Amino acid sequence: MNAFAALVGRDLKLAFRQGGDWANVAAFFALAVILFPFGVGPEPELLARISAGVLWVAALLAALLSLERLFQSDWEDGSLEALVLMPLPLELQALAKCLAHWLATGLPLTVIAPLLALVLHFNSAGMVSLVLAMLLGTPVLSLIGAVGAALTLGARRGGVLLSLLVLPLYIPVLIFGVAASEAASMGFAARPHLLLLAALLLAALALAPWAAAAALRQAME
Amino acid sequence: MRRGLPQKFFSGQDLACRRGGRLVFRGLNFSLGRGGALLLAGPNGSGKTSLLRMLAGLTPPAEGQIFWHGSSISLDPAAHRARLHFIGHQDALKPALTARENLAFWVEMRGGKRRGADAALKSFRLGARADWPCRYLSAGERRRLALARLIASKAWLWLLDEPATGLDTQALEHLLAAISAHRRQGGCVVAATHAPLALAEAAVLSLADFAPRRAA
Repeated sequence: MNAFAALVGRDLKLAFRQGGDWANVAAFFALAVILFPFGVGPEPELLARISAGVLWVAALLAALLSLERLFQSDWEDGSLEALVLMPLPLELQALAKCLAHWLATGLPLTVIAPLLALVLHFNSAGMVSLVLAMLLGTPVLSLIGAVGAALTLGARRGGVLLSLLVLPLYIPVLIFGVAASEAASMGFAARPHLLLLAALLLAALALAPWAAAAALRQAME
Repeated sequence: MRRGLPQKFFSGQDLACRRGGRLVFRGLNFSLGRGGALLLAGPNGSGKTSLLRMLAGLTPPAEGQIFWHGSSISLDPAAHRARLHFIGHQDALKPALTARENLAFWVEMRGGKRRGADAALKSFRLGARADWPCRYLSAGERRRLALARLIASKAWLWLLDEPATGLDTQALEHLLAAISAHRRQGGCVVAATHAPLALAEAAVLSLADFAPRRAA
């Protein structure tokens, strides 16, 4: 597990040293959300009604932003070739990279989401379930995204292809994330939606590292 | 002293390589004993890098098999990965990390200790550069740092793609010394090179000899 920790540590170090990928993602998220009051007008009722949807769509797009680089830079500088030959199974390496990606992007998104929710007049009764839903949902975005990033490795204009591939797969997270966030503010129980998000996370944890590793092996040949 | 044929350690039988549907070489055989060295020679595009990647297990051969101690490497890819060092023509270094961090990462990935990294930096004359971010290193220094992985953690089989590119004469001597120390301990080396690498008793495999004949 030493090697697993070394890989997570390296990716985090890179994320925080290279001008802060995480800062770009968080800034994009904040800006995209703040655009909405300008676009649809400042009426509190309207903003409150669309707030959960806006937050989740913006989070999805922000997470997508940094995915292209997930394996790309390792692929370009020869590190991926060397990583494939390391004793740590490639599936666990993919998982380590997803964990680092989530810590550097999903976690900051989760932290600033409540602040942005205030901007959109999001009902404060739903704040806890919003944060819980983000905690469960954003790792799924990293995991599914890693499969897409591995599959589009080496493709020209991989970024566009990656969005086309990954965004449809994000729809379940969007549906249950929004439902969980809205439920509490509308007086329903958020628990069933949170449990479904947890199920999505477990399924992604079980499947995505294998799919990503298979795609990476393919890219190496 | 034991006489006779050297013990077969690492060998390939009837290997063929296909890139993009075209046959690059075929019918290639080699075998290396304990402490053996094999130099791959041949013009650009003759398949030196392809053969090295094949020996590392990155790509399966189009035909033929590769054996370690008589058993095919495709039977246990994880064991094969654990016994080899592959230094490709790219240096696999991160510009934002220091020399020591880069090397220590690769050592830890192979389950080694960080201390091994410091000794390896010194023996490739990078001690003074240890805390520099790699983006400030020269091409030769980056190459030396990549090669330092060889001695920072142990492996039986070294696969080197153009290891001497960008090295000055002194660094080249360090590399040759590291290789001969590795061979004295029984390790094997396969290197693809253009410039002749002065290795004692190294077999030379010219890949041009195995190129498929064109139809007249």
